[in-house]
Amino acid sequence: MTLFFQQLVNGIALGSVYALVALGLTLVYGVLKVPNFAHGALYTAGAYVAYVVLTGLGYPYVVAVVAAMAVVALLGAAMEWVVFRPLEGKSPVHAMIAALGVLFFLEGAADVIWGPDFRQVPTPLDGVVSVAGVNITEQRVLVVIAAIATMSGLYWLLKRTLVGMSIEAMAQDREGALLVGIDTRRVALITFAISGVLAAVAGSLIAPLVLVFPTMGAVIVLKAFVIVILGGMGSVPGAIVGGYLLALAETMAGTYVAFAFSELIAFALLVLVLVVKPTGLFAKGV
Amino acid sequence: MSAAPPLLRVERLGMSFGGLKAVNEVDLEVPAGKITAIIGPNGAGKTTFFNLVSGFHAPTEGRVVFDGEDVTGLPPHRMARRGVARTFQTTRLFPEASVLDNVIVGRRLHTRSNVFDAVFRSRRHRREDEESRVKALEALAATGTRDLADVPVANVSQEAGKRVAIALALATEPRLLLLDEPAAGINPHETDGLSTLIRSIVQRGVTVCLVEHKMRMVMDLSDHVAVLNYGRKIAEGTPAEIRGDPKVIDAYLGAEHA
Amino acid sequence: MSGSLASRLVPTALFVVAIVFPLAVDNPYLVSVVVTAYVTAIAVYGLDVLLGYTGQLSLAHAGFFGIGGYTVGVLTADHGFSFWTALPVALALTVALAHLIGLAALRTRHDYFAIFTLAVGVMIVIVIDRWAEVTGGTDGLIGIPPPPAIGPLRFDTLTTQYYLALAFLLLTIYVVWALVHSLVGRTFLAVRNSEDLARAVGIDAGRTHQLSFVISAALAGLGGSLYAVFLGYIGPAMGNVQMTFMMLVYLMIGGVASLAGPLVGTLLVMGLMQALQAFNEYQMMVLGPILVVVIIFFPHGLAGQGRRLAERLTVGRAGDAAAR
Repeated sequence: MTLFFQQLVNGIALGSVYALVALGLTLVYGVLKVPNFAHGALYTAGAYVAYVVLTGLGYPYVVAVVAAMAVVALLGAAMEWVVFRPLEGKSPVHAMIAALGVLFFLEGAADVIWGPDFRQVPTPLDGVVSVAGVNITEQRVLVVIAAIATMSGLYWLLKRTLVGMSIEAMAQDREGALLVGIDTRRVALITFAISGVLAAVAGSLIAPLVLVFPTMGAVIVLKAFVIVILGGMGSVPGAIVGGYLLALAETMAGTYVAFAFSELIAFALLVLVLVVKPTGLFAKGV
Repeated sequence: MSAAPPLLRVERLGMSFGGLKAVNEVDLEVPAGKITAIIGPNGAGKTTFFNLVSGFHAPTEGRVVFDGEDVTGLPPHRMARRGVARTFQTTRLFPEASVLDNVIVGRRLHTRSNVFDAVFRSRRHRREDEESRVKALEALAATGTRDLADVPVANVSQEAGKRVAIALALATEPRLLLLDEPAAGINPHETDGLSTLIRSIVQRGVTVCLVEHKMRMVMDLSDHVAVLNYGRKIAEGTPAEIRGDPKVIDAYLGAEHA
Repeated sequence: MSGSLASRLVPTALFVVAIVFPLAVDNPYLVSVVVTAYVTAIAVYGLDVLLGYTGQLSLAHAGFFGIGGYTVGVLTADHGFSFWTALPVALALTVALAHLIGLAALRTRHDYFAIFTLAVGVMIVIVIDRWAEVTGGTDGLIGIPPPPAIGPLRFDTLTTQYYLALAFLLLTIYVVWALVHSLVGRTFLAVRNSEDLARAVGIDAGRTHQLSFVISAALAGLGGSLYAVFLGYIGPAMGNVQMTFMMLVYLMIGGVASLAGPLVGTLLVMGLMQALQAFNEYQMMVLGPILVVVIIFFPHGLAGQGRRLAERLTVGRAGDAAAR
């Protein structure tokens, strides 16, 4: 039974990361209507910034996370401005190809700067908390708490600020948003910055728990795509619920069935959904 | 009404988008070989009606029966293969191609050549390739646009573009042609030309159903008129009957004062 | 084909150069680079059929390249097949898999399909990696034998393999040319240019996408099969997303929907990368932004600007009839 709770906790921690990455992706997808294949690189960038701040500069963890948020927010905004904005209105295939270009540029840059080797990020909290016989590393607790805090902040932003409401309006009906005077370009820029912040939080939070390397974002972004398609493009609750569900399914399957099987879950789900309901589970039709 | 069965019949046809009923319990029969017009104030559901009949939307209620066959919910390409062709409110043509190449695409559904025919240049392919070209030119000639054959569609005038779009639809050899506001944005002289064209199309045995706002054209041209308002059919009859119908006048006046 | 003398002369001259090349040049390394470019270009032609002519993006493209290569490799190196029997098997397998995976094309939008193919591509590499008893895992397969002789024709030297690769390349170019200049090609273009309108005139857009996908995969599989026997080796890196990205770069630089584009792009970029070997580690950093710049400013590709096949097919000699 303790194994179950142990894995439950692991699944929740993992789900927090998945949810954050999926949230960033779904926001941009909702506003842009195009998948940002470079999103995984934002996550990776967050991890590397944390790495540099912690090991290279020796600042405390909080600084690392905040620095990651700032740097990657700028990176995301730059992506929108330089790459996606010129392709506005063109066929989505162009934007997808451009996103690939950005992805490989960023991965290549990481490879050049830090090399392909795995990097270790020192964990700031190496304590272990024991609850009812279950051992939880403090870092994992931090991951969950920080993720929830970030998601709450995002919720507040989306529902209570003008910017957030503009994002939701634009995601639902771009023409309508234009008609009521929303500056769609500014909103797009901000959305990309926010997606960068979310990805950076995820990357910098998970960095002490995993190894950092240039292509670390590849697998997670694929899972984020599955989550976003399952939960519905542009759906915030869909990304959160989907993220936790997928992580739990993977963790439990990995423990009780077989590790190899857990990797295929995301893919199997994707195939299933696309075959049964190609518009996604919670999509409101076209 | 004629004794012959109608080419198209819709029964209690309905389309709901969320809470909005764009088309609401419409019963309509389109007689074969005649010109039927569908009129109504803006937003009455006329284009949605066309989308339902041509397969671009599946209706949420009701049935579509074409030539005795229940075709409700069939996708657009299947409807085209059964003989329902349409034009669009904003003229749609294949960009980056010539007029002739546009209309040749309309012949594809009558060809059977596949990849192997293409790669091995089979006799069937050569025959169908030539046939497609010839028949496409015929369709262009029928709409008076044959001499524009090699012109890129981007360089063609708006009025000529509409005729090319009609030629494209005709190339599929339809039995029912749905024209969505074919006279929008063209001058009276061009409108007369369009009416003549439509009459010649009907003379070839194609049933025409059109959505139009230009009343004079509708009244002159149509054998049969149906009026939609807020998604419902409020009147139906000959042009003369419709002209005097108080419900129809009300609908248009009401729309003006709305 | 256009009747102008220049447009007949240039391809003929190039053909002569291609035939004479390995005999005239005394640099085996250079020849092997060109052979690699030829077989990779075959796959890029496949990508062009799907992306350039039908407007669909597949991120699993290199995966089929890998499947072709591994099938031939495993059958010839480990099971004693001859290349000539392994090749049809590899193609059949690739076509069957692509047909199955292409079912997703029947019902999904372009962006969803791209994501789906990304997942497929990753899965293919994972399977190759894990199924080590058959594929050699991350180490790959070595000792793939060259094709056995057919009568007096041998294929075990660099020069003979060059001609083999050239022959298949020319065959590919012919197949693509024939396809594009056919009713099937018109269907692809129609679906690319306006899918809804194509549907309205009776074209089954979903099946068209699926067919285009299968053809593109088959050409990728052919390229991969040749690549494996030429190199004598195949590894998982030949089938991953990075490889698909490289093929995209080759295509975009050479020009989409053009007959020479895939070959020109592959030769050019591969050649440049070989020449600038010292900058190999900066490869991705440079090619990424180049791809972005090209797609923004030259969406139909760099070389062959403004001479896309779609225009060739239609405007012809009557461009001046554009009276309006």
